Amino acid sequence: MGLRLPSKVLEHILSFIDSNEDRNSVSLVCKSWFETERKTRKRVFVGNCYAVSPAAVAKRFPEVRSLTLKGKPHFADYNLVPDGWGGYAWPWIEAMAAKCPSLEEIRLKRMVVTDECLEKIAASFKDFKVLVLTSCEGFSTDGIAAIAATCRNLRVLELRECIVEDLGGDWLSYFPETSTSLVSLDFSCLDSEVKISDLERLVSRSPNLKSLKLNPAVTLDGLVSLLRRAPQLTELGTGSFAAQLKPEAFSKLSEAFSNCKQLQSLSGLWDVLPEYLPALYSVCPGLTSLNLSYATVRMPDLVELLRRCSKLQKLWVMDLIEDKGLEAVASYCKELRELRVFPSAPDLDEANIPLTEQGLVFVSKGCRKLESVLYFCVQFTNAALLTIARKRPNLKCFRLCVIEPFAPDYKTNEPLDKGFKAIAEGCKDLRRLSVSGLLSDKAFKYIGKHAKKVRMLSIAFAGDSDLMLHHLLSGCESLKKLEIRDCPFGDTALLEHAAKLETMRSLWMSSCFVSFGACKLLSQKMPRLNVEVIDEHPPETRPESSPVERIYIYRTVAGPRMDTPEFVWTIHKNPEIGVSHLAIK
Amino acid sequence: MEKVGVYDELDNLKATELRLGLPGTEETVSCGKSNKRALPNNTEKEIESTGKTETASPPKAQIVGWPPVRSYRKNNIQTKKNESEGQGNYVKVSMDGAPYLRKIDLTMYKQYPELMKSLENMFKFSVGEYFEREGYKGSDFVPTYEDKDGDWMLVGDVPWEMFVSSCKRLRIMKGSEVKGLGCGV
Repeated sequence: MGLRLPSKVLEHILSFIDSNEDRNSVSLVCKSWFETERKTRKRVFVGNCYAVSPAAVAKRFPEVRSLTLKGKPHFADYNLVPDGWGGYAWPWIEAMAAKCPSLEEIRLKRMVVTDECLEKIAASFKDFKVLVLTSCEGFSTDGIAAIAATCRNLRVLELRECIVEDLGGDWLSYFPETSTSLVSLDFSCLDSEVKISDLERLVSRSPNLKSLKLNPAVTLDGLVSLLRRAPQLTELGTGSFAAQLKPEAFSKLSEAFSNCKQLQSLSGLWDVLPEYLPALYSVCPGLTSLNLSYATVRMPDLVELLRRCSKLQKLWVMDLIEDKGLEAVASYCKELRELRVFPSAPDLDEANIPLTEQGLVFVSKGCRKLESVLYFCVQFTNAALLTIARKRPNLKCFRLCVIEPFAPDYKTNEPLDKGFKAIAEGCKDLRRLSVSGLLSDKAFKYIGKHAKKVRMLSIAFAGDSDLMLHHLLSGCESLKKLEIRDCPFGDTALLEHAAKLETMRSLWMSSCFVSFGACKLLSQKMPRLNVEVIDEHPPETRPESSPVERIYIYRTVAGPRMDTPEFVWTIHKNPEIGVSHLAIK
Repeated sequence: MEKVGVYDELDNLKATELRLGLPGTEETVSCGKSNKRALPNNTEKEIESTGKTETASPPKAQIVGWPPVRSYRKNNIQTKKNESEGQGNYVKVSMDGAPYLRKIDLTMYKQYPELMKSLENMFKFSVGEYFEREGYKGSDFVPTYEDKDGDWMLVGDVPWEMFVSSCKRLRIMKGSEVKGLGCGV
């Protein structure tokens, strides 16, 4: 009945719609729209690799060119997920190879990738162009060599903070002499030295190379030689700067940098000696992104560098910058959008750097475009949080890590409830929030009520009771990912708000107070959720009321997963069967 | 929108005493009403080893995954910590005839006598007496060090601060090699 758009017309219209959220909405309109949409989707994003089966994705989107997958929960970054939990890339690679041979791009985060996976990618996708692995593990440099050798049109190869079995630097020499298509290469997480002459030749024959991130094994001499061959670089990750300062070395380096007139992003800088920083001055005025978070350089030298970076939008730095340094950033870097300040001494017993809440207050006052913050600090105050919220209502991402667990406002000795209330209320566009310090249930009442757009919330050592979780799960309309550790509550709120869990991607709770009985009940009640109890001691052998170590709950249309290790309990598991080896490879 | 019933009770009963503890055990750590609570005493607490064994103080118990810094980052900073200035100045110490080298942190000492005593204890020898003109007298052993220029010097000749900033490694020489350094034997 009525008007029907010819599918060709609909296809054409849809070709203008890029956002997957919009495409998801389009696919719900009616069957024909669903069909047209699925046949034309080129980029597929799966936020939880266990939420849907690889076969289903491959079948639904036959024309997919780019696949992005995420595996382990975020807290795996902090060693809270035991090894062997899962997140295997193999079933996905296998399914794609079978059904979608035109796949060109694969981006994986927190997944287990084996050499076999990499070899399969190289062998199956003729026009493979982009491989980005972030926080992945399970493969060796042999797998990388296979990609380098076989993918003739490879444009992007980025290994970001992966754990790689490093068998040597030979992998680089596997790029054939005919390969000239490289646009981006990042091997910063590898240890072994690559042959500099191989790298020089690769760089020389890659006129489109825009991004190059070296590993610490590349020396300053190597860096100079590479910069000479690639002055067109827009992103550079340096190697190690540890060499003894010699005058000729310095001037060569300075000259090489000054010839890189398009450099916008600089990172690496491991071991950089302050005496070398002036060599970077020539590129500072053009820099939009600077990662100094591995540079153990003191405040005066940092300021000397940063005061020249008037276009800087993204700054990652260590707390060595001190409040004073951040005051300087606030006055020189007026374009700043993102600030991350990491602790130089992550061990709790060594905090005596003059970085306090004042540093963040300076930047919040001075940098009008600031929208993303990650800040590690020993302690904080409500007053500072109120000021930050008042000055920067445009904040989209606010992650504060008060390093001292349960630390109250150190001036008033009160919980930080008021401060985070101001943040939740004032920053109406907040999408991501991490809270810390001493927080009562009240703080979560405010967050539940006001943080309407927050999609991801991280909580540690906070709250008084189940009320905390109740507030969050009955509020926070946009909540998609909730991760909680060491908070004193459990069953009641979780069971009460089970339905909410189906509207979210996932919930992680570790060292909380969720009983095994509640987990079983939740599993029975909610068939479309996978409830995983991750506990080194099998929960079946303990009383039902005893708390479990960790639970990970996520919505899924794929049903129970078959690749769980021994220490993961799900209601579907028959303990006698054990781990299925088919899925891992 | 307050839900009447169980949560009001909880809300009013501020003293909801929930405990944290090892799964399955009766013994728990009570979270009292004081601002600072005892850290949860659970199986996740472990001694975090840095991989470097030369730290002077015993490693403190730390909470797993806290502060939330990625291992990749932690590892990269750890190694830098022990090598950068102001964080300890470790130099290798060898003694002629001894099979193993040792490492000491020069910043742990304030003057030469302290250093000498420590070396003597470490390698079980005695160094004799230092004289400005004649060097070390009264022993077969002579402490020497390699400085920034690569030259081998007698320990004690330069002011302490200069020594600490220029010393790259130590070597306790023995016997015949010692003659050229002005040993008065």
